[in-house]
Amino acid sequence: MSSSLGELSAPSPSSLKKEANQVNIGKIERIGSAVAGGTLAALGLSRRSTGGLMLSLLGASLLYRGVSGHCECYRALGINTKGSRTKDDEKARDVHIEKSIMIDRAPEELYRFWRQLENLPRFMKHLESVTTLSDERSHWVANTVAGKKVEWDAEIYNEKENELIAWRSLPGSDVTNAGSVRFKAAPGHRGTIVQVTLNYNAPGGKVGAFLAKVVGQEPRQLIDEDLRRLKQIMEAGEVATVHGQTSARGEEARPFVTRKEHKKASMTPASELGSERASSQVA
Amino acid sequence: MRAVCWYGKYDVRLFDVPEPKILNPRDAIVKVSSTAICGSDLHLYDGYIPTMEKGDILGHEFMGEVVELGSGVTSLKVGDRVVVPFAIACGRCFFCKRHLWSACDNSNPNARLAETLYGYSGSGLFGYSHMMGGYAGGQAEFVRVPFADIGPIKVPQDIEDERVLFLSDIFPTGYMAAENCDIQAGDTVAVWGCGPVGQFAIKSAYLLGAERVIAIDDAPERLRMAAKEGGAETLNFADTDIFEKLKEMTGGIGPDACIDAVGLEAHGASLDALYDRAKTALYLATDRAHALRQAIHACRKGGTVSVPGVYGGFLDKFPFGAAFAKGLTLKMGQTHVHNYTRPLLERIQKNEIDPSFVITHRLSLNDAPFGYETFKNKEDDCIKIVMKP
Repeated sequence: MSSSLGELSAPSPSSLKKEANQVNIGKIERIGSAVAGGTLAALGLSRRSTGGLMLSLLGASLLYRGVSGHCECYRALGINTKGSRTKDDEKARDVHIEKSIMIDRAPEELYRFWRQLENLPRFMKHLESVTTLSDERSHWVANTVAGKKVEWDAEIYNEKENELIAWRSLPGSDVTNAGSVRFKAAPGHRGTIVQVTLNYNAPGGKVGAFLAKVVGQEPRQLIDEDLRRLKQIMEAGEVATVHGQTSARGEEARPFVTRKEHKKASMTPASELGSERASSQVA
Repeated sequence: MRAVCWYGKYDVRLFDVPEPKILNPRDAIVKVSSTAICGSDLHLYDGYIPTMEKGDILGHEFMGEVVELGSGVTSLKVGDRVVVPFAIACGRCFFCKRHLWSACDNSNPNARLAETLYGYSGSGLFGYSHMMGGYAGGQAEFVRVPFADIGPIKVPQDIEDERVLFLSDIFPTGYMAAENCDIQAGDTVAVWGCGPVGQFAIKSAYLLGAERVIAIDDAPERLRMAAKEGGAETLNFADTDIFEKLKEMTGGIGPDACIDAVGLEAHGASLDALYDRAKTALYLATDRAHALRQAIHACRKGGTVSVPGVYGGFLDKFPFGAAFAKGLTLKMGQTHVHNYTRPLLERIQKNEIDPSFVITHRLSLNDAPFGYETFKNKEDDCIKIVMKP
């Protein structure tokens, strides 16, 4: 693939360096930080005590944060209050993703599971179905973010039992996509390292639109989550979830008020509530 | 059913919510018979733990009766009485196989959130933020327990709730903290923080052969409990220079092991403690580490600092030079509860320990908001609250 491949893969050392000094604080917060920092620093210096020194140091760091627009704490936490992505992100046309994950299962077992292509939608969230048409050919249906379906045919063009499966979309697809998965025994009987490569490309820069429609903004993150689900299915036998669990956010949830509380709330001042209830403890 | 829900900083409310359902084959539904408020629940109450959402059900210390089982659970029967570890573990991943249960790879559906902050994610936890899985907690009438074939420990019907409830967290947590100290005959162990975990660390240090345990706090009722129940010597940091005193008490060598059972909300009146307060208030740091600094400073050369207290983010002024210069061993982390439930249940059954000694308050679940407030403010000498639905 072309040189643009690197754009969505791992960040280069130079981009990490850039990030270390990047502006990641919004304008209003910067002004606030600088003003508060300046005030604290001045206040601290005017005190001429150890406490004052601490205060001025604190003020100085706030001031620096405001003037430079860079907050180390935010960077480490991955917070950015400045907003807006750079244009470089949007220019990417061809997308190449590589991900690997270690799964505590034998290569043969994982190969068998993956080779049964109907299994793929169990962990690849954007896929609705994969139907095997012949030994090599299959029909794929994906859901788009907007709710529409995208379909294409694919073929397995390279395969080595228990080691490798490689597939690509057939001519006539809107978007050319190809992928491969390798299964390598991990050292020390730790199972298998599963290595996945995905390529998407299309003439006229359609791939960005396709990916955005089908998988959302972060294809790397998506495959990350897909592989995590695969690991959970293969190791734990199920995908951990809290989807559908109860909380106080559902429509059926309502505040619970005891009759006792009703009565007390109307008759007793709040200050006496505590002691009255405390005395009702079963000692 | 009734459930205790997080609604914001200092805001805990009782809600009537739908009962939990089985969502996965290895799930169980447990009808809660007893549940407790943990010191680490106060970090949520105080708004220190990110990714909580309005309406989340709280609680990670609970026990009860199995009322429903998923198709994949054969080790339990409906009607079994169980105590449930606060850490959720699949039992089959790299980490579970090495008995690092709270590092389970497969139980946190929101692992990505934790990875952003920590590089890798720990296990899912009950009722402890979405970063830790967003699982509904056990301060409710019913609770869904994932991987129920691995975590819950069956307890006999004839043993009271109060004696086994704390197998869910604080007893194993205090015990692991002491175990991490690698206690040798003649050792002195100093424990910062005499909350429930500190109390169990004190007891456990003696169970594991410590010669002396020195307990440090500023709440008189907690120091009294440490002395009376735990048999510890006590120091009040409000009126004692802890470092000097520990040095003097140990013939100038320092404690062999120091346990920080305080965590990220340490308080104190020293300069570094005030500095922490200012910085966390301005969001320039997230955790206040006064107790940990002191523990590192006071520990003898080649000693161990064991940290059961919870930390969440970034520490400032961490005395790494002192830790390095003295060649300290630092041990920490969420408790691998599953390792301890069985052996500690045996100790309880052999009457080596009765964990109910920490309980100071018994409330109805309906009084949870009042309970949180009381515990938070240490009113009415509150050390440990147990609630019955």
